[in-house]
Amino acid sequence: MSSKATENNTPREDALIIGGTTYRSRLLVGTGKYKDLDETRDAIDASGAEIVTVAIRRTNIGQNPGEPNLLDVISPERYTILPNTAGCYTADDAVRTCRLARELLDGHDLVKLEVLGDERTLYPDVVQTLSAAETLVADGFKVMVYTSDDPILAKRLEEIGCVAVMPLAAPIGSGLGIQNRYNVLEIVENAQVPILVDAGVGTASDAAIAMELGCDGVLMNTAIAAARNPVLMASAMKKAIEAGRESFLAGRMPKKRYASASSPLEGTFF
Amino acid sequence: MMELIVNGESRQVSEQLTAAGLVEDLGLTGRRLAVEVNGELLPRSRFDQHHFNPGDRVEIVQAIGGG
Repeated sequence: MSSKATENNTPREDALIIGGTTYRSRLLVGTGKYKDLDETRDAIDASGAEIVTVAIRRTNIGQNPGEPNLLDVISPERYTILPNTAGCYTADDAVRTCRLARELLDGHDLVKLEVLGDERTLYPDVVQTLSAAETLVADGFKVMVYTSDDPILAKRLEEIGCVAVMPLAAPIGSGLGIQNRYNVLEIVENAQVPILVDAGVGTASDAAIAMELGCDGVLMNTAIAAARNPVLMASAMKKAIEAGRESFLAGRMPKKRYASASSPLEGTFF
Repeated sequence: MMELIVNGESRQVSEQLTAAGLVEDLGLTGRRLAVEVNGELLPRSRFDQHHFNPGDRVEIVQAIGGG
């Protein structure tokens, strides 16, 4: 080490690499559920996120042709736009959505694949997810895949060629936090691609826990958008992700059952 | 005239209409969008040449807020 500063700080090269592209922020955010486009822009700005998810939906025909578009405020020049396949319940619909998204974004091929299994839980249909992932990877997409917190399935998705695997922490939009941290840990320890917790984070400490488990990043939407003050929560999440990452890299102290005095026992005068 | 189903709604158009013409008629020229015809992507580079068949199902999509 050339200097103490270098030694003590988070390594400068601690970047997140997804599909060959390097990112400094490990917080990925969605753009749904905000009050308006101004709030969307301000919250995303405060989050420091570089990768921002969007949904693909029918254009409103005949209604306010001049109305501002999401991509006017979340510009593809500034952000990496990550189109999702939210709302798809079959592999075919997810693949169609990704192809439309790639065309919409001028050939940009990074996508978030999610194929849902049921409306109540929004849990992934893993059979359809695997099938869609195979088709998309063969078609040249870089696939970041939303999946359950099943370590075997996470590995299969990696083997298929997904560039990132994103297990849920809890159901989408539930804000319940990480329900099965040992599964997340197992997935992280066994992975050769970035693992990001996607869905279920409710507050900043949840995000920090995900990062302390060794996750490479966290993707969230509702935890920020549904906060009383979304812009402030976006800032909190940014700090939680950074703190959790540094804590992971620093390596926590071992847990002990009994006390261990922090002040020396020698030299007492009483 | 012939019928197209555009974003789920019936629409009467001229047989000569191109995809570029449809986008223009809808006031969407220059917007960031993508088009699918009968479940198959129609690349923007083919908008000028593409003619429809009666009953074609056309989807015109854009990016909106989502997670």
